[in-house]
Parts: sequence; structure tokens; C-alpha cells
Amino acid sequence: MGDTLETLKSDLFAAPFCEGLEDTHLEVLLACAHEERMPKGRFLFHEGAAADYFYIIVSGRVGLELNCPNRGGLSIQTCDAGDVVGSSWLIPPCIWRFDARVLEECRLVSMDAAVLREHCKADPTFGYAMVERIAQVKAERLDAARLQLLDLYGNPEEGRHVARTRID
Amino acid sequence: MSPEPGSINLTDRIRGGVDPMVPRIYNVERIRRNNHDTFTMELNPADGGNPEPFSAGQFNMLYIFGVGEIPVSISGDPVQDGPLMHTIREVGTVTRAMARLKPGDSIGVRGPFGSHWPVELAVGTDVVIVAGGIGLAPLRPVIYQVTGNRSRYGRMVLLYGARAPKEILYQRQLKAWGGSFDMDVHVTVDRGERGWNGEIGVVTGLIRRAPLDRSGAIALICGPEIMMRFSAQELLRRGMDKDRIYVSMERNMKCGVGLCGHCQYGAKIICKDGPVYRYDDIESLLGRREV
Ligand SMILES: Cc1cc2nc3c(=O)[nH]c(=O)nc-3n(C[C@H](O)[C@H](O)[C@H](O)COP(=O)(O)OP(=O)(O)OC[C@H]3O[C@@H](n4cnc5c(N)ncnc54)[C@H](O)[C@@H]3O)c2cc1C
Ligand code: FES
Repeated sequence: MGDTLETLKSDLFAAPFCEGLEDTHLEVLLACAHEERMPKGRFLFHEGAAADYFYIIVSGRVGLELNCPNRGGLSIQTCDAGDVVGSSWLIPPCIWRFDARVLEECRLVSMDAAVLREHCKADPTFGYAMVERIAQVKAERLDAARLQLLDLYGNPEEGRHVARTRID
Repeated sequence: MSPEPGSINLTDRIRGGVDPMVPRIYNVERIRRNNHDTFTMELNPADGGNPEPFSAGQFNMLYIFGVGEIPVSISGDPVQDGPLMHTIREVGTVTRAMARLKPGDSIGVRGPFGSHWPVELAVGTDVVIVAGGIGLAPLRPVIYQVTGNRSRYGRMVLLYGARAPKEILYQRQLKAWGGSFDMDVHVTVDRGERGWNGEIGVVTGLIRRAPLDRSGAIALICGPEIMMRFSAQELLRRGMDKDRIYVSMERNMKCGVGLCGHCQYGAKIICKDGPVYRYDDIESLLGRREV
């Protein structure tokens, strides 16, 4: 049991999400954390469901997907060791915006977000630390999405063809 | 940047009686498709001699008779003997004409020109290679050079971003490099497809997680300019020093030897004092409009 708690503690505290947090805040996070293993193919959450938990990946890979009629689940981004899976838990209406599917068997720290939200309300310093970290996750994903949108590696001629087709 | 051992710079060539404006004729030995719009061409001199020695990161001016001449980086092994190799993406008139060449056809080659990746600075330290799309081609000679003399270098990390799984360059080599203990290889694509279980996301995301020895490592970046800018910024955020980051710039070229000014970029003449620059040497120009 002691070993399990020590593993959980070291896995959680080693995550970039916890970098720079005060000891008291780390203790709050630890009290809301537990370790989970998920096999390949399992969904961590589905679009539209209540975002009452989130995950930090210790090992393995998770894909964020959007389900598209006639095309199935379209992967838009993957998350790997050290990444946070799920940032909707702190932003009302606290509903998942994507599906999250395990692509490679995962060891995860799962966080009870419903309890963490209560801590955020009760202790604004802790709340601010959480907002800062989730804003960082969102900002990184927004930067990435913008770069993906630019289609940097696309063939310039293909782009021109598309543009011409649209103008015509 | 001092030339690598074995390389011959422009001044030596002129002194040696070689006119850098006159192409040497090469024959196409083989053309291999890398993906739907990219191919690798293997060339040997028509006079039966050896291809010119080159340093990793240098380029040649390739001339298709009656069509045009373009700069293309050398993508082969700078240390081993063998044919001259260029990996080319079809984007327009000349590159499309090159894709139609057959074994035995002739092509004019001037070069090698330009500065090179500072592989000598990496001896004893970690090497981080960040490549995007066709940008892996000018960096492949570095990988050959380092893996060919592996014990001289520290850890080697290759971070590669492509548009989609089917557009990943040198797929078999990437697997072999990643499967050996010689190199950490991480590949990501902007857009996934069914059956792809690898990473999806931009190459800067790989930098965030890469195992880096911040103090000594040297980083070499090649790809579209925006990708290089964001990658350099991410490396700086990870604690790397500006003077340990190198990028390779591209501009349209005519003479390739610093005479015509066609490739001027601010005060830089890319064909002569580039294409490889230390990041802090070029940083103020990157991202500026109308340079
Ligand atoms: C130092 C240097 C090294 C290079 N190394 C390589 C290499 O290893 N492999 C390779 O495939 N290419 C490389 N290039 C780019 C290559 O020179 C161009 O793709 C080529 O000049 C295009 O000629 P084209 O006649 O086929 O296209 P053009 O008919 O001139 O242009 C067709 C379309 O392609 C666009 N285009 C032209 N050049 C580029 C470019 N560099 N990047 C993106 N879009 C472009 C044009 O804007 C236009 O939309 C390098 C360029 C430089 C300066
Ligand atoms: S291409 Fe002529 S000066 Fe560079």
C-alpha cells in the first residue's frame, strides 16, 4: 500500500502540470489522485459527458477524437507521457468537447475534478494555480491548432489549385 | 563557419580552375519515389569521375536543360563514397520536369555551395535534429555522419513532423534509426488517418517532451520558416542557448555563388553565407515582413 502511494506521489509530482506548485497545493492534488491502468481501445471519456475528472499520462498514448458521421472517430491530437488529458473540467459548463481513446496501453494518474473545483472555489490561490496550468494546456493546444491550420507542409501548388477552384 | 574536413569551398574551386558557373554533367542512375510528390534522385558524373565532396547542409544548383535551374540540398552520405543524392518535392516547372527523368538522362550540376551544419561542434555533446516535411532531406547527411561515427557524439534525438502518415519521408530508414540504440526518433503528423497509432500534433509538441541535455546540446532545425521559428522558440523555452541552435534558410536563387543578389535576405546573401545560419545571426530577420 505504502509503495502504491509513493509511486502515485512520484508520478504525480513529476508531471509538468505540477511544476512550481506550492507543497500545500501538491498535497491537495495528491488527495484527489489515484493511479489507473487502461488497455488499448478503452475510452477515457466521451464528448458531451460531465467533465468531473481528468488524467495525467504516466506512460502510453491517448488520442483526442471527434466523432464524424460517416467517417467515424477522427483523431485530432495525441497526448503522451507527462501530458494532461482533459482541460474542460475547469471551464463551465464542464462538459467534454472530445472523445479520448487509449491508443497505447496507459498508466495514468486520474484526478477527481469535481472535488478539485470545490478546492478552487474555497482557496483562490489554489484556484489561480489551476487556472494558470489549464490556460497553459489550452494555449499550447491553440498554438498547435493554428500551426496545423496553416498546413505548413502542404504543397503550395495544391493550395493554389484549391484557391483557384474556389474563386472560379 | 570553417569547412568540414573533406569539403571544398567555392574559393578552392575557383583557384583549382573550376568555374562555378559551368555545370558538370551527371547521369541519372536511379530515381526512387519517397511518397506521392517526393522522390530521391541518384546521380553519377557522366565523365566517369567521382561526385564532388560536400558537407552536410550544402546544396547544388541542378539544371534541367531547356527547362531551368534550381537549388537543392544534398541528401546523401557526406562521408561514404557513392552517387550524389537529392531528395526533391514536385512543386513547379523544374521539379516536375525532374520527376520525369529516367535512368541514363543527363542533368547539369553546379556546386556544392553554401555553409554547412556545424557537425564538428556536436562532437562530445547531444545532437537534436528538428525537421519538418521535406526539411528532413538536408538533415539526412548529418544523421549519416553522426551514426557513421557514433561514439564521437552524445545522445542523438530526431524530432520529425510531417503533414500526414503517407507523407513521412524515408519511412524505412526512420524505423531502422528508431529501432537501433543509436537514436531517439519521434515522429508526429499534423493529420492522422485510419490505422495511424503514432503521434498527432505539431513538431513543437515533440520538443516539449524531448530528452534534452540543455547545457551542451546542439540543435539543427530545417523546415518551413514558421516551423523553424516556433521550434527555435520552444528550444529556447527548454533552456537551450541561442548560439547552439542552427537553421537552414531558403530563398529563390539564380547564380548560387553570391554574384546576382537574387537570394538577398536583409543583409544576408543566403547562397553564400547561408543557407545554414546560427539562430542568433538570423533571428532578427525571421518573421519580419518585406525583408
Ligand atoms: C538552399 C536551398 C535548398 C533547397 N533544398 C531543397 C531540397 O532538398 N528539396 C526540395 O524539394 N527543394 C529544395 N529547395 C527548394 C527548391 O529549390 C524549390 O522547390 C524549387 O526551386 C522550385 O522550383 P520549380 O521550378 O519546381 O517551382 P516554381 O515553378 O518555381 O514554383 C512553383 C510553386 O512552388 C512554390 N515554391 C517555389 N520554391 C519553393 C520552396 N522553396 N518552398 C515552397 N514552395 C516553393 C512557388 O511559390 C510556386 O507556388 C531548396 C531551396 C534552397 C534555396
Ligand atoms: S543566388 Fe545569386 S547572389 Fe545568391
